[in-house]
Amino acid sequence: MVKEQANWSPYDNNGGSCVAIAGADYCVIAADTRMSTGYNILTRDYSKICQLADKCVMASSGFQADVNALKKNLYAKHLIYQHQHNKQMSCPAMAQLLSNTLYYKRFFPYYSFNVLGGLDSEGKGCVFTYDAVGSYERVGYSSQGSGSTLIMPFLDNQLKSPSPLLLPAQDAVTPLSEVEAVELVKTVFASAAERDIFTGDKLEIVVLGASGIRREYMDLRKD
Amino acid sequence: MFRNQYDTDVTTWSPAGRLFQVEYAMEAVKQGSAAIGLRSKTHVVLACVNKANSELSSHQKKIFKVDDHIGVAIAGLTADGRVLSRFMRSECINYNYTFESPLPVGRLVVQLADKAQVCTQRSWKRPYGVGLLVAGLDESGAHLYYNCPSGNYFEYQAFAIGSRSQAAKTYLERRFGNFNGSSREDLIKDALIATRETLQGEKLKSSICTVAVVGVGEPFHILDQDTVQQLIDAFEIVSEEEVPSAESQPPSEEDAGAGQAPPADQGAGADQGAVADQGAAPMDI
Amino acid sequence: MGSGADSERTLYPYVTGSSVVAIKYKDGILMAADMGGSYGSTLRYKSIERLKPIGKHTLLGASGEISDFQEILRFLDELILNDNMWDDGNSLGPKEVHNYLTRVMYNRRNKFNPLWNSLVIGGVKNGQKYLGMVNMIGINFNDNHVATGLGNHLARPILRDEWNENLTFEEGVKLLEKCMRVLLYRDRSAVNKIQIAKITEEGTTVFPPFSLKTYWEFSAFKNPAASAVGSW
Repeated sequence: MVKEQANWSPYDNNGGSCVAIAGADYCVIAADTRMSTGYNILTRDYSKICQLADKCVMASSGFQADVNALKKNLYAKHLIYQHQHNKQMSCPAMAQLLSNTLYYKRFFPYYSFNVLGGLDSEGKGCVFTYDAVGSYERVGYSSQGSGSTLIMPFLDNQLKSPSPLLLPAQDAVTPLSEVEAVELVKTVFASAAERDIFTGDKLEIVVLGASGIRREYMDLRKD
Repeated sequence: MFRNQYDTDVTTWSPAGRLFQVEYAMEAVKQGSAAIGLRSKTHVVLACVNKANSELSSHQKKIFKVDDHIGVAIAGLTADGRVLSRFMRSECINYNYTFESPLPVGRLVVQLADKAQVCTQRSWKRPYGVGLLVAGLDESGAHLYYNCPSGNYFEYQAFAIGSRSQAAKTYLERRFGNFNGSSREDLIKDALIATRETLQGEKLKSSICTVAVVGVGEPFHILDQDTVQQLIDAFEIVSEEEVPSAESQPPSEEDAGAGQAPPADQGAGADQGAVADQGAAPMDI
Repeated sequence: MGSGADSERTLYPYVTGSSVVAIKYKDGILMAADMGGSYGSTLRYKSIERLKPIGKHTLLGASGEISDFQEILRFLDELILNDNMWDDGNSLGPKEVHNYLTRVMYNRRNKFNPLWNSLVIGGVKNGQKYLGMVNMIGINFNDNHVATGLGNHLARPILRDEWNENLTFEEGVKLLEKCMRVLLYRDRSAVNKIQIAKITEEGTTVFPPFSLKTYWEFSAFKNPAASAVGSW
């Protein structure tokens, strides 16, 4: 007989979906607020979005403890950057820092799936999408997390980003207006919450624009 | 020829019970250009005089932000000051990492003092040649500390260090009784006037001084030069109109001024308010 | 990795405590846990205190490995002692303790040597109520009500139905008793010796142990296999 024995894994997946969409002069970053472990919901109101700099917001899903450690790490590094350079980090700079921070733990990775959204130095929307060990790419829109398999193809269908293979390189930002982008985000999350059990409860949307930062919430399915 | 036998290293006592090397380090603080700090119940203001080494060079930075709730002004060896403020920054970041709350100011000051103390007891070390005015805000309110190379530290209502700081101290000693109830704007004004006292007749301009504030609802920040110039202009105009004697001041108006201005956390409207206050009580200077 | 290091790791828990349930109520936090300590499925200890005050503003509840919990209490004793030794009027609140424990738990999981517990941290400081949780791999969050272990399955649905912000002390205790009764019926490692603790701005009180009134005469309890058709 096999001994009945508790066992443990250093990782867990706490679920959740993240989306970011870049526009000409704005960026929308969104994530649900459910945190689960297996079939259990741990809490229905946990923000996956964190503002790392004035014009740089990260949404992360995956293993919450790792995400938390990652955030604290970036936050501390950004503080040091501010002390040394007397300014906020730009979004592309933070994107590179995030990549390096993830790769630093290449052989004991942060189990976190991130999208980074913000405005670049020209005020244009930018989105960076990552894997757990730090490879990243600048894109016009992206989705990560448990519902990404449902959300990403829908975004592809609606937003039709120009091929990155085109020469000369085409601008990746979406042609949508800010209002349309927010509406699209609400739609994709309502859809993902229908099929993905790890996505639900509440949607948190952060909109970065020339005028600053704005937050919006929408209820999602709670079952 | 006479030569002091007891000052060749830090760890040697003089028969009179003094450590000369440590006292020399404290002398370095007096040589540095002046730094001033004063506090109310809710705010702390730091100010310093910037002196360029030569006509051709710019001046060195003497006020450092340590964290959102702590900042320092230094006098003495700027290089040592930078090292110590870097230490303080990292202590704040580390504390914040483990507890997600700001490091209490008093604790940082003790850690800093302990670090300075070690240098007074090791033969292979040299005391830091810098004095620090530490301004901070925590749960127990606003604080102003002075840390000196000997490893001693003191809490103050108002203090000045560096060259010709005695003049500023004299001014502050005359006025400190009211500081606890002062508004942010009055505090800044007093900081600037105290700074001017150390200049010995040289005209106070924003280009030769730096002012920083920390307070309730206001993270530590250095005021930009334009704001400082506006504040200076505001009370310079007033002082030219009035008798420039600093002695007499009717206490009734002073109290009214302090009482009616709540320590509001205003940023942009600050200079405006200061101008208005000047009109109300012009006989301060 | 030396074999010496391997042998110092917790590979599975020995003596464990079962669920902790905690809620916010009008004046602070209420927490409940039973006093059993299980050695596998043996009820090895019957009077283990799993709710402990930490400093002036914090209450800690633990489920999981009892020895690890007692080790954690030693860490916290040192932490609070060092905090008090400053004697400067500053003190660590529940938020700080929660964060500290999160660091400890996560660091230990990074070393593949976890502290085998789920911890519940509650407290009040400066009029602010605080209730949070950390588990053995460092997952942490705050909520209005939390429960560890089977409590997450059995107690939290009740809490989601019946909890509200303005519960009085009596209502809060009643709600916790209801949760603990369900756990007692359905969690085989739960025992009927229960402690409730409260923490408010005034301080912490851990009430003396008591038993819940139970009713075992339900037919499903008498003959649980009555409707189960099978070969056994």
